[in-house]
Amino acid sequence: MHDKLTNAGSNEGLMEGPDASGHFGVYGGRFVSEILMTALDELETTYARLSADKDFLEELDKDLAHYVGRPSPLYYAERLTNAIGGAQIFLKREDLNHTGAHKINNTVGQALLAKHMNKPRIIAETGAGQHGVATATVAARLGLRCQVYMGTEDIKRQSLNAYRMKLLGAEVVPVTSGTRTLKDAMSEAMRDWVTNVDDTHYIIGTVAGPHPYPKLVRDFQSVIGREAKQQCYDMTGALPDVLIACVGGGSNAMGLFYPFLNDSSVRMIGVEAAGTGLETGQHAAPLNRGSVGVLHGNRTYLMEDEHGQIMDTHSISAGLDYPGVGPEHAWLKDIKRAEYVAIDDEQALASFRQLNLLEGIMPALESSHALAYATKLAEGMTGQEIIIVNLSGRGDKDIQTIATIDGITIG
Amino acid sequence: MSRIAECFSRLKQGKRKALVVFVTAGDPTRLVTVPLMHAMVAAGADIIELGVPFSDPEAEGPVIQAACERALADATSLSDVIAMVADFRKEDGRTPVILMGYLNPIEVMGYAKFSEAAGTAGVDGIITVNLPPEEADSLSGALRGSGVDCVYLLAPTTTLKRARKICAASSGFVYYVSLKGVTGAATLDVESVARKLESFYSVSDLPIAVGFGIKDGPSAAAVARLADGVVVGSSLVEIVAGHRDQPDIIPDKVSRLVKSMRVAIDAAGQST
Repeated sequence: MHDKLTNAGSNEGLMEGPDASGHFGVYGGRFVSEILMTALDELETTYARLSADKDFLEELDKDLAHYVGRPSPLYYAERLTNAIGGAQIFLKREDLNHTGAHKINNTVGQALLAKHMNKPRIIAETGAGQHGVATATVAARLGLRCQVYMGTEDIKRQSLNAYRMKLLGAEVVPVTSGTRTLKDAMSEAMRDWVTNVDDTHYIIGTVAGPHPYPKLVRDFQSVIGREAKQQCYDMTGALPDVLIACVGGGSNAMGLFYPFLNDSSVRMIGVEAAGTGLETGQHAAPLNRGSVGVLHGNRTYLMEDEHGQIMDTHSISAGLDYPGVGPEHAWLKDIKRAEYVAIDDEQALASFRQLNLLEGIMPALESSHALAYATKLAEGMTGQEIIIVNLSGRGDKDIQTIATIDGITIG
Repeated sequence: MSRIAECFSRLKQGKRKALVVFVTAGDPTRLVTVPLMHAMVAAGADIIELGVPFSDPEAEGPVIQAACERALADATSLSDVIAMVADFRKEDGRTPVILMGYLNPIEVMGYAKFSEAAGTAGVDGIITVNLPPEEADSLSGALRGSGVDCVYLLAPTTTLKRARKICAASSGFVYYVSLKGVTGAATLDVESVARKLESFYSVSDLPIAVGFGIKDGPSAAAVARLADGVVVGSSLVEIVAGHRDQPDIIPDKVSRLVKSMRVAIDAAGQST
């Protein structure tokens, strides 16, 4: 359907990763305990078979249309554009999906995989709770048992989502180890998986983890970019000039970027969380300030000290508060196909408020990082140019955090 | 002959099984570790596995997670652990020492630098929990010639086809993780261990040590009847944790359990 979208420049072959052993350049791979190797082989084989299976793809498309509510709109943010006075800003409205974020694109797909592998139990890790909610949701729909690991620090920050998961019939397992955030939830989920690998499928929520997760999560999320490409063409007759998405683990960014990788005229910008500022060390920006290492099954950029210990991260948004990043992003950074910048807590908050007031849209704090960079960049661009921002989730879950900052007690 | 090979061949001649002990280096302080190593050898340990603390130990249960946290609170780094082995070697040139941990500290130190430092200090092998042979080419290449063996893991989920590959990549011995789970999680099922070991022995001549789920004399004895070595970890680390406020008495307290394991293993050996 994209044959009309020919392009002046073309990067050949950037969509072919990972290689057969799960590597994007030197990144990715499968760095796990031996106990999981057989399960990962099984997942890889099953996915390879089903991703070429017409019935499976039809079932997935049907779920995306009738359950998730796809396609999500591409919305021209006219008042925001006029207020900035530069490039036209379009928002890919993943916040309008069922459960309020892009996360469900992946959980719908992985739940179907679990069903085909006859695994009656699923587990997940969650930071902001959006992936946990999206997992609990599909588990309820398919009648699968579900446990979601969540750091106690995040349960505090995202109590609404923790409760939502319970209402959906999932068990939220509080994680008290380490920094009590997303990375510890992921470690704890891996510990569960090594114990229950026979009957359990682990739904990783981002484009990280051991092969084949970075690939399969990207594939399930790339519906975002495929739709955006067509929608942008239908609305403007052209490809966008710039794509902007926030990057924690990087699944919404990878989903938007992937279908455009070979279109060399399209700039791609991933926005990491600068926390209280990159110079303070209190941030979650491994692509900006980290170094290469191995964590949670893959080689990638990490926030780590000189001895290889993983460092504490900070961001106002729980979903970006992670010391690693998907290996495909690490590769895209090194080959300079994508750029990675950072936005601090304060800038993200300002964009959160701005979008509420100008467009009547409440973005997630995660997505507010992407918006903040987009508004900065748009200023220096012309009115003919087009920016697509992935509005990866809605901000209802963040109301408590914002209210606390404003000194208001609710509920 | 390497210290590991020499150790297993000596034990075989004496019709005995290896008692492999695990403690986390630097737990609860860096000063305890070397005296603790000597005390465990004196109590009958044949091989020492020294845990290299890591901030995110994905395969460990709460006991060894807490040990890592205590060791990191005393700022124990991979370089410190290698220095401990060098210190241990001043008095003990015979007992094999294996470093067990996660890849990232080695990755960040650099494979060549690690290989040089570990070989020089007298480290005999490494077990890297999250490094399957498929990802290990460059590290095992760097270790070639250093005298440091790469010991890989077998698991209950390992197919025979994979077991062949793993045993071919291993040197020194192979380590069988006897249960699906994290360290210290449950007690092993002797019958299923026996079945798996039989199939693994059919594809390899390397000694096999069995770990995870061995908590006391009886479980150690049961495994000693089936394998070349018995690994005891979490139950020793629990003793360390129990005396973390009096580190001076840790070597003595841990030695008592090591001694009782030794007696149980030797008795099992004689009864077969």
